[in-house]
Amino acid sequence: MTRYSAFSLLRQTLRGHRGWDRAWRDPEPKRHYDVIIIGGGGHGLASAYYLAKLHGVRNVAVVEKGYLGSGNTGRNTTIVRSNYLIEPNAHFYEHSLKLWEGLSEDLNYNVMFSQRGVLNLAHSDGQMDAAARRGNAMRLNGIDAELLDREQVRVMVPHLDFSEHARFPIFGGLYQPRGGTARHDAVAWGFARGASALGVDIIQNCEVKGIKRQGNRVLGVETSRGFIGAGKIGMAVAGNSSHVAAMAGLKLPIESHVLQAFVTEGLKPWIDTVVTYGVGHFYISQSDKGGLVLGGDIDGYNSYAQKGNLALIEHCMAAGMQILPSLSRTRILRHWGGVMDMSMDGSPIIAKTPIDNFYINGGWCYGGFKATPGSGWVFAHTIAHDKPHPINAEFTLERFAEGRAIDEKGGGPTPNVH
Amino acid sequence: MLIRCPWCGERDHAEYFYGGDATVKRPAENAGVQAWNDYVYLRDNPKGPHRELWQHQAGCREWLVVTRDTLTHDILGVEPVKGAAR
Amino acid sequence: MSGQTHRLASGGEIDRARPLGFSFDGRAYQGYAGDTLASALIANGVRLVGRSFKYHRPRGIYSIGPEEPNALVRLRQGGRAEPNTRATVAELYDGLAAESQHRWPSLGLDIGWVNDLLGPFIPSGFYYKTFMGPGRGAWMVYEKYIRKAAGLGTAAREPDPDRYEKRALWCDVLVVGGGPAGIAAALATAETGARVVLADERASFGGALRRERMTIGGLAGRDWAGNSIDALAARGNVTLLPRTTVFGYYDGNGLGAVERVQDHVPTPGEYLPRQRLWNIRARRVVLATGAIEQPLVFAGNDKPGVMLASAARGYVNQYAARPGTRAVIATGNDDAYRTAIDLALAGVEVVAVVDHRPAADGALPRAARARGIDVVTGHAVVGTIGMMDVAAVEIARIDPQGALADGAARQLACDLVCASGGWQPAVHLHSHTGAKPVFDDTINAFVPGPSRQAELSVGAARGAFALADCLADGLRAGAEAAKATGHGSGAVPPTPACEDGGVQAPARALWPVPRPPGVRGKAFVDIQDDVTDKDVALAHREGYVSVEHLKRYTTLGMGTDQGKISNLAGHAIMAGLRGQSMQQVGTTTFRPPYTPVAFAAFAGRELGRHYQPIRRTPTHAWHEANGATFIEAGLWVRPQVYMRGGEQMGDAIAREVRAVRGNLGICDVSTLGKIDVQGPDAAKFLDRVYCNTFSTLPAGRARYGLMLREDGIVMDDGTTSRLSEHRFFMTTTTANAGKVMTHLEYYLSVVWPELKVQVASVTEQWAGIAVAGPKSRELLQRAMTGVDLSNEALPFMGVRDGLLAGIPARVFRISFSGELAYEVNVPSDFGVAAWEALMAAGNPLDAVPYGLEAMGVMRIEKGHVVGSELDGRTTPGDLNMDRLVSKKKDFIGRQLMGRPGLVDPKRKRLVGLVPVDGRTRIRAGAQIVADPRAPAPVEMLGHVTSACPSASLNHPIALALVSGGLERKGQTLHAAFPLRNESVAVKVVDPVFVDPEGKRLHG
Repeated sequence: MTRYSAFSLLRQTLRGHRGWDRAWRDPEPKRHYDVIIIGGGGHGLASAYYLAKLHGVRNVAVVEKGYLGSGNTGRNTTIVRSNYLIEPNAHFYEHSLKLWEGLSEDLNYNVMFSQRGVLNLAHSDGQMDAAARRGNAMRLNGIDAELLDREQVRVMVPHLDFSEHARFPIFGGLYQPRGGTARHDAVAWGFARGASALGVDIIQNCEVKGIKRQGNRVLGVETSRGFIGAGKIGMAVAGNSSHVAAMAGLKLPIESHVLQAFVTEGLKPWIDTVVTYGVGHFYISQSDKGGLVLGGDIDGYNSYAQKGNLALIEHCMAAGMQILPSLSRTRILRHWGGVMDMSMDGSPIIAKTPIDNFYINGGWCYGGFKATPGSGWVFAHTIAHDKPHPINAEFTLERFAEGRAIDEKGGGPTPNVH
Repeated sequence: MLIRCPWCGERDHAEYFYGGDATVKRPAENAGVQAWNDYVYLRDNPKGPHRELWQHQAGCREWLVVTRDTLTHDILGVEPVKGAAR
Repeated sequence: MSGQTHRLASGGEIDRARPLGFSFDGRAYQGYAGDTLASALIANGVRLVGRSFKYHRPRGIYSIGPEEPNALVRLRQGGRAEPNTRATVAELYDGLAAESQHRWPSLGLDIGWVNDLLGPFIPSGFYYKTFMGPGRGAWMVYEKYIRKAAGLGTAAREPDPDRYEKRALWCDVLVVGGGPAGIAAALATAETGARVVLADERASFGGALRRERMTIGGLAGRDWAGNSIDALAARGNVTLLPRTTVFGYYDGNGLGAVERVQDHVPTPGEYLPRQRLWNIRARRVVLATGAIEQPLVFAGNDKPGVMLASAARGYVNQYAARPGTRAVIATGNDDAYRTAIDLALAGVEVVAVVDHRPAADGALPRAARARGIDVVTGHAVVGTIGMMDVAAVEIARIDPQGALADGAARQLACDLVCASGGWQPAVHLHSHTGAKPVFDDTINAFVPGPSRQAELSVGAARGAFALADCLADGLRAGAEAAKATGHGSGAVPPTPACEDGGVQAPARALWPVPRPPGVRGKAFVDIQDDVTDKDVALAHREGYVSVEHLKRYTTLGMGTDQGKISNLAGHAIMAGLRGQSMQQVGTTTFRPPYTPVAFAAFAGRELGRHYQPIRRTPTHAWHEANGATFIEAGLWVRPQVYMRGGEQMGDAIAREVRAVRGNLGICDVSTLGKIDVQGPDAAKFLDRVYCNTFSTLPAGRARYGLMLREDGIVMDDGTTSRLSEHRFFMTTTTANAGKVMTHLEYYLSVVWPELKVQVASVTEQWAGIAVAGPKSRELLQRAMTGVDLSNEALPFMGVRDGLLAGIPARVFRISFSGELAYEVNVPSDFGVAAWEALMAAGNPLDAVPYGLEAMGVMRIEKGHVVGSELDGRTTPGDLNMDRLVSKKKDFIGRQLMGRPGLVDPKRKRLVGLVPVDGRTRIRAGAQIVADPRAPAPVEMLGHVTSACPSASLNHPIALALVSGGLERKGQTLHAAFPLRNESVAVKVVDPVFVDPEGKRLHG
């Protein structure tokens, strides 16, 4: 594998860029692997990468029904943060954030992790108290957080609506300086390239049609490219978790919902930080290419359609203009939908299943992208050791029945409120 | 999506409140914790036709069982919840 | 002013009697009414209009429609500034001021052009391979510069002064696109009486008929279009929407459209919106969206002077503007010969038509030859000469297989290259429905696949390009759509005679045009984003071979045109490299909007204070007139505190608290959710809904109720009264009023339909007034009649009806403050009268109004829980309310409340906190820790939920949820607030600070 650097770029320039290798190999599937990861998104590829890199498990295949990153990896609004209140979430996402901070170097692939900060606005004394509660918990957990007052927010994002016309005036906000954005596709490609170089077979256009099970073990996957045997199988197919788990005979505490996202025409730098806003459920940042990337709430009904409806779009745009009135004439260039695994408590599942050698990684709700490296890291550990790492020990399937929901919002077992 | 309320006529889905999977049945009092956990937490979450509850909240406030394809958003049928097989 | 040097003396649809002044980059020009900014610039001989995204290459006007990749300008100023506006669709108005963008210091001299020389070093995806060091933070340094270099125009940071609005529209048939096929469809539909809407993105209908020399029924195409539109406009069943882009096709045959009502004037007229969003529901949709001409990929295909063939003749025919003086036509199809003919008619010298097909003998090539135009078949334009502008093309021989016949290239001098790579039907709206376009080898483009919704594509939008086919298609689709909606017989009107230049021979694709040795220059696939054929090859070499990876790796099709004039070429080149067919390679997903839509169009009037409704209580006006400050709680606006002259807020709150505790206060509690629950099974129902029992409650009595979710977590609380055997009056928290109502309706309709109960929300029907304090009974006795308010007749938790100043009133003896207190409900319309009557009667007793802040202090002093404690994670046990939970009956939440996680002794439970030093403030949001000096991560034992200075006790108090709860009573812990570097030593105490025995309630 050619190492990427300014030097190799220069050398290739002199050769007309004819010497670049494939970023990842394109092998035919073998008959059997020690581990098969279903799902060639960021999480699946990261899992394979860390299995090979940290646990010496290299006879691994990642099978993907479409192209790499074709699910939510390539559809999200790319926000990375660890500003969580509840314990297992805070530690998990912070672990992930730390991995992000070294990811480009580790992968030798620039994932453009940009720590431009994440600002959550607060619009009442009560919301300021809630922000403080979260920020204090973050600080006590060793995570960076700053509580900003109205004037500090004004300095940071002067074109927010500080006028008397604002329906929900800005009282202040909670800011995480280490949060930011990354280039979503690059995360999938970087992990794919890293995993492939370590011997992992990445098999695209290979849809899993069934999971062969004998007693309490899985034997392999029936795919559009034939049967592939496996010692262990891990699924990382958020959006389709129920569908794949059902092939193994499992029913999950998950509903699939559509979440829409938007990008505007390219603009010169307009907003530096990631700004989010709870009252209207809206978040916005600007990509390196110049488009404003934004999103809002899920449409709210079960869906696998990867498209949403106009009512939610109107609502989301109004929410955006409520805090940033000068968005008015900026044009939406493209909008799309992703299918979210909405879990029953808003938190993920990264765990063993009741089937001996079958593992699940899903239930990511809105939060999957920022979790990518951390998720792969703990999932690899869980598969390799057949037991979770302490960081993901509480993200079990059993927590629901045990009454140990990890409910960051307090919404209860109604997936579409998380 | 257009949902035809049996009382009010065809209305945009934005008038309705989504109530989730209509096939889950509240267990009997003595059904045991597992049955209750399954009821509260587990969902089939099918890709394709899905029987689900919608309440015409901005209209007559009646609850309906809507059969809708989750892959295409096609509305395949609407029944009042009272009397609908679930 | 340089003059309209490139304006034809006659012809076109411009009004030479109405000159319009405009400026571009500060330079003044003149155009005519009917011009677009692009046509006016062409008429003035302006060639250089923009710079490309990556290499900052000089660019000219390339197209005549919304697909324009180059001519993006910033229009208007201040809060009206609009970057990235396509000059090709911006209608000219007097005084229009446009600026070029993405260049520095000027359009002519742009430093960024150096990137063009650096091109070899920065192929697609170069940034994934570098900028990774030295050190972890390196990217942040590089990124700052990359961000500045990226982006296109500069957006406003000021609010937009213009208005936007929304309308909903229902119709039988929506026809999208007002070209020949669309007009024909509308005519056929309108004939049947069906309600039809015809929308077109342009100011005038006609589509290609306005840009082409064609005739229908013996009339010039544009005249036929004009007459047809007049006929449609005269009908009552037709709605015409010009300047309206149908941008998205959503579920249930719902379409979004944006009408540019006043974009063609400097500022919107009085009472007129700038734009209007149409929410259209159509039973049937006819998509007559036309087709988009594709470029050819040859070296130097991006310079000013190169444009789409149809655009060149469009400017001549519609705007009488000549885009050049010496033209070469590059093509592989017959259609582009129209350009040769039309340019020649307009006096442009046509040097040659260079056709890469081995032969061209169709009607149009024959007509071109007949005019003496040189037709060079078996050749292709393979390169261009010129730095800032085209000075000549290089052409080379192409063999019948599409390869270079020999390496030789020769030059033809010209200043205009009209390129045509064929036509791609505009299948966008069709695709939005989830339908999959399929590749048609006869036209070398994607055409609509099977429909997913009630839509049909007609004419060029389905790849039927001949005018007769467009008309016939439209008429047939219109008649069929009408019939499907119950109108007309489905009989198709006869197609009028028409002439469009004759039958066309098959076109031939050539992706990319082969490059002879020695021909230099980049060959662009995506002109705006500077993606070249080499970039596609690099993506292929590196394994980014799926069209989605190609797009994401190279940015192909990610520009403002979203691939309208780049995807086909890019995908075709990738198909060639992969050795697969176009159908196998497929296409990326077409997503809405068809063309970009402004935020404000979606938001409409829901801006600023109108973003969400403001709820005011029935007595709001009184509070406003009597010095209240207000606080927003959800959608509600509530009196916060009634400050007297010179008073600080804290002092005013303390005064109000002391007034209530010592004497008498009056408070607006109208925002509480109120639900009327009636029916023979009402008591049974409430027993199931609340975890405590209501069936034993006698009429005329109230009870505190705690409502759980099925998972055993507290959902809401409130006081519910039994008014009679079968009638209860439920109250909920302000925040959860709607949620509880839905919850009740769900259980009554879905789970227990057998229960005979009806519920109705009456929140807004009643004004609620709390009267609290030792003198509250005395006040009510003075103000009310017809009700015995004695302790015996109306004990604590009693309910009675009476009259308040003659107003029918219901009085509840309930207390949130912990004092002897009542809540009086009167019909909302009498709210102010009742309030004033109470204040008048209270004056001699020194009654004071008190606001939400004082109420909050008193409830903390009493340990009452609200939203910060009922946060969706607490059980009754966590709130020390286990004793309330009935063990004798089933209720929502009972089955699962005993699960191990919910009865874990380590759970956080409600306690009170006081500062150890008796004076330091405890802040809400603080976390409770054992050792404030421990290094992170620190174990958090709990958190402060509510805190205030207690006016009754004269020291700070707080409520907290702490692991182990009251088992820790007496312990010293720390309320840590690291965000402020604060920590307060606190003692755990009972959460009821004032009158723990509740004696005052019963007095």
